Amino acid sequence: MSTTEDTGAEVDDEVVEPDPDAVSITVNGRSVTARRGDLVIAAAERAGDYIPRFCYHPRMSSVGMCRQCLVEIDTGRGPMLQPSCMVTVSEGMVVDTESETTKRAQEGILELLLANHPLDCPVCDKGGECPLQDQAFSHGPGESRYVEEKRHYEKPIPISDLVYLDRERCILCDRCTRFADEVAGDALIHFIDRGNATQVNTFPDEPFSSYFSGNTVQICPVGALTAKPYRFKARPWDLEQVESTCTSCSVGCRISVHSSRDRLLRFQGVDDEAVNWGWLCDRGRFNFESVHADRRLAEPLIRSAEGLVPTDWSSALSITADLIRSAVDGGGPGSVAVLGGARGTNEDALAWSALADALGVESRDARLGDGLGLDLLDLPRATIADLASASTVVLMAPDLKEELPVLHLRLRDAALRSGTRVIEFTQSGSGLTRHAWRSIRHLPGTGASAVAEALADAEVAAQLASGPVVVVAGRQNLAESAEALSDRVGAVLAAAPEAGVLPVLRRGNTMGALAAGLHGPRDAADILREAAEGRIDLLILLGSDPLADFPDSRLARTALARVGRIVSLDGHLCASSEQADVVLPVAVMGEKSGTTTNLEGRVTPVSQKVTVHGTARPDWMIALDLASRLGVDLGVADLGDLTARVTADDRGVWSVPTGVEPAHFESVVGTNYDFRLVLSRRLYDAAVSTQCSPSLEGLAGGRGLSVHPSDLERIGVASGDDVKVIGPRGSVVLPPGCRTASAPTRPVRSDCSRPSPTASNSSSKRTSSPSAPIGWSSSWRRSSPSCRPS
Amino acid sequence: MTVETYPWAPGFVAGDRPRIVTSRFEHEDSHTLERYMATGGYEGLRAALAKPAAEVHEQVRGSTLLGRGGAGFPAGVKWGLTPEGVYPRYLVVNGDESEPGTYKDRLLMERDPHQLIEGCLIACYAAGLSRCFLYIRGEMALAQERVATALNEAYAAGLVGRDILGSGFGVDIVLHWGAGAYVVGEETALIESLEGNRGMPRLKPPFFPAAIGLYGKPTIVNNVETLSNLPFIAANGAEAYTAIGTETSPGTRMVAVSGHVRRPGVYEIVNGTTTFRDLLYGEEFCGGIRDGNELKAFVPGGGSAPWFLPDQLDLPFEGRQVGAAGSMLGSGAIMVMDSTTDIPAAALTLTRFYAHESCGKCVPCREGGTWLMRVLERVVAGEGTTDDLDLLLEVGQSICPGDMPHASSEALGLEATPFPYKMTTICFVGPSAYVPVHSALTLFRSEFEERVAPSRSRTRIPVVAVGGGQ
Repeated sequence: MSTTEDTGAEVDDEVVEPDPDAVSITVNGRSVTARRGDLVIAAAERAGDYIPRFCYHPRMSSVGMCRQCLVEIDTGRGPMLQPSCMVTVSEGMVVDTESETTKRAQEGILELLLANHPLDCPVCDKGGECPLQDQAFSHGPGESRYVEEKRHYEKPIPISDLVYLDRERCILCDRCTRFADEVAGDALIHFIDRGNATQVNTFPDEPFSSYFSGNTVQICPVGALTAKPYRFKARPWDLEQVESTCTSCSVGCRISVHSSRDRLLRFQGVDDEAVNWGWLCDRGRFNFESVHADRRLAEPLIRSAEGLVPTDWSSALSITADLIRSAVDGGGPGSVAVLGGARGTNEDALAWSALADALGVESRDARLGDGLGLDLLDLPRATIADLASASTVVLMAPDLKEELPVLHLRLRDAALRSGTRVIEFTQSGSGLTRHAWRSIRHLPGTGASAVAEALADAEVAAQLASGPVVVVAGRQNLAESAEALSDRVGAVLAAAPEAGVLPVLRRGNTMGALAAGLHGPRDAADILREAAEGRIDLLILLGSDPLADFPDSRLARTALARVGRIVSLDGHLCASSEQADVVLPVAVMGEKSGTTTNLEGRVTPVSQKVTVHGTARPDWMIALDLASRLGVDLGVADLGDLTARVTADDRGVWSVPTGVEPAHFESVVGTNYDFRLVLSRRLYDAAVSTQCSPSLEGLAGGRGLSVHPSDLERIGVASGDDVKVIGPRGSVVLPPGCRTASAPTRPVRSDCSRPSPTASNSSSKRTSSPSAPIGWSSSWRRSSPSCRPS
Repeated sequence: MTVETYPWAPGFVAGDRPRIVTSRFEHEDSHTLERYMATGGYEGLRAALAKPAAEVHEQVRGSTLLGRGGAGFPAGVKWGLTPEGVYPRYLVVNGDESEPGTYKDRLLMERDPHQLIEGCLIACYAAGLSRCFLYIRGEMALAQERVATALNEAYAAGLVGRDILGSGFGVDIVLHWGAGAYVVGEETALIESLEGNRGMPRLKPPFFPAAIGLYGKPTIVNNVETLSNLPFIAANGAEAYTAIGTETSPGTRMVAVSGHVRRPGVYEIVNGTTTFRDLLYGEEFCGGIRDGNELKAFVPGGGSAPWFLPDQLDLPFEGRQVGAAGSMLGSGAIMVMDSTTDIPAAALTLTRFYAHESCGKCVPCREGGTWLMRVLERVVAGEGTTDDLDLLLEVGQSICPGDMPHASSEALGLEATPFPYKMTTICFVGPSAYVPVHSALTLFRSEFEERVAPSRSRTRIPVVAVGGGQ
């Protein structure tokens, strides 16, 4: 490194050259340097002068409604009382946050806010961490002269399945309503009535069914909004907390994990500039309940004549070691396969990868036929920040709102407020369709031509050339192969060679598991096919449930029936582990420490907050124990050794090694059928963490089918009838149109400024030619047996 | 001296004075296109279209036409505040006249809708505006009908729409009815309402309508009476306009007088010279206080203006002097209270109106207005204490911190505090709830003290635990 001197020179340059965006202002007599565009409230806070506030939130637009942040601001025309959340800094501005007038105004506002507030702090969940309570102490008059009767409302009323509203406590700061409208795009709560009778409420018979409703509870500055799972569970001063990462999906939102008396009680979003901006989806926020579910496995199980019976760890591990040894000795390392690993930490994956390496086991895959080709993961990676600042985002992914909700929020924000133009290729529409610059509809199987056609459009080409491009690549339709996606991404990269790729993976740590080496020459489909042919003697499931998760469930069923022995490591009993010979209970998120890798490749820590359930152990510990029983040396003694093997580059990205054969998945798109299938997933599906969280359980819909009404009419199905769907891999009976209100079926529509030729083609085929393949979509996860009580 | 009233213009009182905006009120059919054309209608538009737009703008600037909605800002200057080169830009006509005591715009819309339409067209031409939105208060059914009929006539006659009078200039006028909220008379709330949102005011900054207005575009919001003056100015020139009235307040002005006078009504007066004494006692105006009673107090500029005493009768009806004397002209409405008036009850009536009309957006207005009303109700009902009177002033301080404007009084030995006041609210609705309380308590405290019991020990409720606040 010869840059020491250079760096010094650069620093000097910066000092000499004044920052053109620097604005110097005076706060309480001290000179402060702010940046152009800063709000006074933010600049003052950075300078150490906290201005009280209720409606102001740094991640939403300012409205200046609560008037609590009034301070005296002098811009040359004398000091004037102004809301500091609405005024941007200007050169020479003088701000006084402590003047008599300011103090008088702030005390006055607090007295007025408390006039109709019930002051039921002793029984309020917010008491102890309540901005109204705190600021009444720090900036309030200390007593009220209001002796009139206070406003009364029914308290509390449910406004959704997860959130309760107490209108008596509400101070009408507009935070929740603004969040619902601006950030989530689900403007389902609003002010109703007027003046002193103003209240927040939902529209009649329309609940606040938003995937993001929990955020309103977190940003509520009083106890007006409370979340069902946390109501009356703890007082804030009894809570212990630790920062961690949510692993419900691969976005990797930063969270603060709160517990009391060794039970997880809530997750709060942490404002991480790079990832989640403080927001969480409701699934990630509330599915911690599954950690303490009755169905958690507390001790190892082994198969006997009576089925799975409890045993102790020592026998379970020695049986497992014996199974591994006899399989390796008998059929060679090729007769052992490892599936899964994406639900654990990087350390779990590294330990199992090391064990597989030591045993010579090559058949391993952390993806379950619904992942991405490794060639895609090997492309220049974009970060979420790149996405949010790109001039063009090419979206070839499943509906982000359903799969990676917080990434959806970031992209929605970029499209609405940063001028990012979204070019979406979609088969059935998405939550971002209405914000897309171009939303290009194409039939399943015709993606390549749709992309080629779009790239030939001069306007699209000009847009791609106008600035940074990010391609969001994911499996929109699990009935199509991963290779088809790679081809399409390749076509876009040929047109925009500098573009970064953000791979969309659903499971929390797929990226980390792959980087740790949980992939091999044979992918999940190959492994299951070998198993179905009877060539696998031992299948080790690392928190994976092929029966529920593998798209081709007929193949998965055959494979698990034919395979010699199954060892399953899981937190809960699932369909696949019920068929296992040995089930080893593992620690889940919240019960173990380590690191995880999100879809950007960003490595962040996860933290243990509560004691593990029963005798469960982390996966890595089991691997190490088995290694010693099998007499192989993994070169690792503890968790620290494993963490040291996580080798992030200077961007903090831990990537998948190169030079691996692309995965492939046989396409089922054919022309012999009347319809074409779009397999997609919803946020609340049959995932164990959803099924085992009492608050979310009711939201999880079963499988659903969306068919255009005219298609149903054509084949003579009355609405409400069940439909039998027949494909090359089997058949299934489904009720049509049963998607939930929070994920409405989106009819074909072209909200983008100019409907693409592709979109109009497909819709004309839809109506004119009965024999043309028709796209329809379905949630493919079955209401799996894993949700039955064991 | 002639005092004429017309059954078709109830409330309007003509006199032997120059008239600009009410010149056709003597005709029963003044609202028809036929009568309008027969009395010089659309001549101002013709004259304007014959000149470059900038020249018409200059003409209006030269006329010093002051806005008649309340703030009295020069219209020609307001038009020039829009940023260069940002299109589309809009004209929004504020016909949501709701200030207690004010009913001049209603008469103008009912009696001479074509004059307003012509004014809109001239404004759009002069200020380069792309479209005009005419917002009429929801309760004004006749005004809505008359303006709509007139607009249809004007469209049919080629006076509105594309290629007006063969000039190549075109503009559309869109009508919109309000839904019954006083606050929508505030320009930014009116814009919100027009966009289909709740009628709640926006914050200035950054939402100065001239820069960020309707649909985020530059927007000029003008009052009905302001625009109704434009046909005269365009047809006769700025000089003809400034020849009437004073240099700082040229032209005429409509004043609505209500309350305890012998002849309440709307008068078009010469701007700047007519005094309140002329207006209330002049034979060609109100003709004195009813039943020969004494004048007790009057509100010079609509319900939200601080009150005046007989001491201020000799002030001219002119913005600056009234402001220096501790009140404002506002929308041009005088409310007169004679010696029989129950002052605390009068203040309660006004405060109740503003508390009821609060939109609920900002805290001081939403909570403070209603609190003032409740305490005042207690006082008026004879259940208050002297502490309640201080409480009223202290709650008011949370809405309007600092010195409140009030009139001088020789009898009370009070010096005047000039307008305006400071406020913690977003718009003027909150302070308007406090203004009548403050005026009444400052100028007539003895009437309140007669109603209340002597001080008890004060009721205070601790909201924080020990040591509260400090």
